[in-house]
Amino acid sequence: MPKVKVKRTRPSLDMTPMVDLGFLLVTFFMLTATMAPEKAVIVDTPSSVSDIKIPDSNVITISIDKNDRVFFGVDGQNTRTALLDKIASKYGVSFNEQEAKTFSLISEFGVPVNQLKSYLALGADARRNFDKTSPGIPIDSVNNQLGDWVHQTRLTNPKVIIAIKGDQDVNYETVQQVISTLQDKKVNRFNLITDMEKRPTTL
Amino acid sequence: MAEVQQQADSGKGGKKRSKKMSTSLDMTPMVDLAFLLLTFFMLTTTFSKPQTMEINMPVKDVPKEEQIALKASNAMTIILGDDDKVFYYFGLGAPEENPEVIETDYSASGIRKVLISQRVKSNPKMTVMIKPMETSRYKNMVDILDELKITDTKKFALVDITDTDKQLVQTKIGQ
Repeated sequence: MPKVKVKRTRPSLDMTPMVDLGFLLVTFFMLTATMAPEKAVIVDTPSSVSDIKIPDSNVITISIDKNDRVFFGVDGQNTRTALLDKIASKYGVSFNEQEAKTFSLISEFGVPVNQLKSYLALGADARRNFDKTSPGIPIDSVNNQLGDWVHQTRLTNPKVIIAIKGDQDVNYETVQQVISTLQDKKVNRFNLITDMEKRPTTL
Repeated sequence: MAEVQQQADSGKGGKKRSKKMSTSLDMTPMVDLAFLLLTFFMLTTTFSKPQTMEINMPVKDVPKEEQIALKASNAMTIILGDDDKVFYYFGLGAPEENPEVIETDYSASGIRKVLISQRVKSNPKMTVMIKPMETSRYKNMVDILDELKITDTKKFALVDITDTDKQLVQTKIGQ
């Protein structure tokens, strides 16, 4: 009689379906999603039932944060480089190649032109810190730099559309100033960025 | 680690068994990697693009002669006040009209009821003028534009507030 051997079994799980699922999801996310661009300010937008999506490219984003600071952002590195050139010649400041390169990589900024040079000289982390306290782009009637930014961007890229991204708690006064700046530059059609809200079924 | 199933030693004299060689792979690291990537992509990407609402503003600096006067019977004014208050009245708000200012709110039974009322809906020429006060919030403006969209009110304009409107609201609050 042979000795009875204790059968050694290891509990093993078939992980193949899990791997399948995992990689399916990974592939899905890799293909569908776009990288979230870095935002200089946190803006909590109000919601609306509107369901128009903002286009992917050729968008100027004017962000207004809850402390009434105005930030300007435009997509496309080439647009940004060309834009900086034009602003530089308009305001009589010059930017070297390094600064232009940095500027073309920033998606959003909120500094007056005279501080732009020192802003671009900061490192990425310092810039992020500075954004928390930066004064924003001047929009008052004496010194309306936002109007120039918008104007020059539209000269650089005529296809550009303008989106205002305001915080819920911004005073209307600031919004009004931004809108009237745009109107002065003959921009009468623009978009307001909002969150999605369900349309009520009954009126 | 790849493991080879252990075969029980049949010893001597047993039935002849075909040799079963099944390889099973430990997939745990692969799962780990997959979910790590998954988490990374889920966190770094924006999934939905933000919604926008389009708005057309009238062209500034149109000479007075070219502007078309709005009849008082076709006008409705909504004033957005501070503390999320809404005031509205019918007509253009000239002092001699002595418009009746009514206070309401942004809820479904508030301004929306007014906008779908007979008086507004039955008059295709009815133009809604939105006058936000300086103390109102941006959210108020979006909310009211939203209400107009919900109620399908096509004719509206965003207008600067006038002193008479401010006075009307002041007297309304003072009551």
